[in-house]
Amino acid sequence: MPKTYEPIATYTVPSAQASYTFTSIPSTYTDLILVADMSTGGSANYPSVRLNGDTASNYSRTYINGDGSSASSSRNTESYMTVFGNQITASRVNFIMHFMNYSNTTTNKTALSRKNDASGVMGATVHLWRSTAAINSILIGSQTSDTFSIGTTFTLYGIKAA
Amino acid sequence: MLNNTVALLGGGAPPEVGDFESIATTTVGAGGSSSIVFSSISGTYKHLQIRAIAQGSGVATNWSMTFNGDTNNANYYSRHLLYGDGSTAGAVANQTLVGITGGSLAPSTTSMTAANIIDLLDFSNANKYKTLRVLAGYDTNGAGVALLGSGLWMNTSAITSITLTPYGGTFAQYTQFALYGVK
Repeated sequence: MPKTYEPIATYTVPSAQASYTFTSIPSTYTDLILVADMSTGGSANYPSVRLNGDTASNYSRTYINGDGSSASSSRNTESYMTVFGNQITASRVNFIMHFMNYSNTTTNKTALSRKNDASGVMGATVHLWRSTAAINSILIGSQTSDTFSIGTTFTLYGIKAA
Repeated sequence: MLNNTVALLGGGAPPEVGDFESIATTTVGAGGSSSIVFSSISGTYKHLQIRAIAQGSGVATNWSMTFNGDTNNANYYSRHLLYGDGSTAGAVANQTLVGITGGSLAPSTTSMTAANIIDLLDFSNANKYKTLRVLAGYDTNGAGVALLGSGLWMNTSAITSITLTPYGGTFAQYTQFALYGVK
């Protein structure tokens, strides 16, 4: 039985930097999984993703959050695929993001993310990128020119269906 | 994973085997499909994962999972859902529906699909009931839902088949369900 869940690339931030981009993503998988474990230089950097360099308002999301005392839900149209749309409060946070059928050229792209801030907001988000293009690059960055701190890791995996 | 770890500790190269393997994939054609069945599921895995993009034939809805042909909902299935619909965070149990809610179906508009990831744990163990978790949702830039779910099938049988059925209408073209096994 062939391997179907493979690491494509991993990156560890060597010194504070504002963004990192996975490029030349092969189209040979069915789904992509982005795993991020990070700390930031500030407290309000709103870690987000952009696909294929698209900076237009072609993204939207619906999410449910819990902040330790209450649950909430909202929706946005935006120029980022926002993962943390709130102030990060823990010294270290993580998120896992699934890009489903990322290389098909027929449907718009849907992604699911789970974000975890142990002293702030945790939640689940469904994201839409209104493009039928295959995803070939993923930028992880900040919406406020903040930076990711040294030791932050981003790892991209591919899953291949039979 | 254990085999890989042992090999590394022994100084050798990790074996080219998979701990996460593709079992089967179904893609819905132009005519749509009223249900999808994964059958003859091998008990050689520890856990199962279903990953899917899905669109329905009408309004947005959810889809259900039943196991081994068991449709006796009153006795065997239980589920709880936590959802956010863009304005409200809520929770439901859906006890009147057959089977366990497996995830979301996007409405039949444009080319947008729901995303669904379901983990079925220890599915072949014949000594305990079966549990699962759901992460799912869809967004159509103006509507959508993010969904977290849990399910229980109160049966000790190993799961050998899974039937996926929309709560209304059919699965539309381009819907794709992929079943994976985790060792």
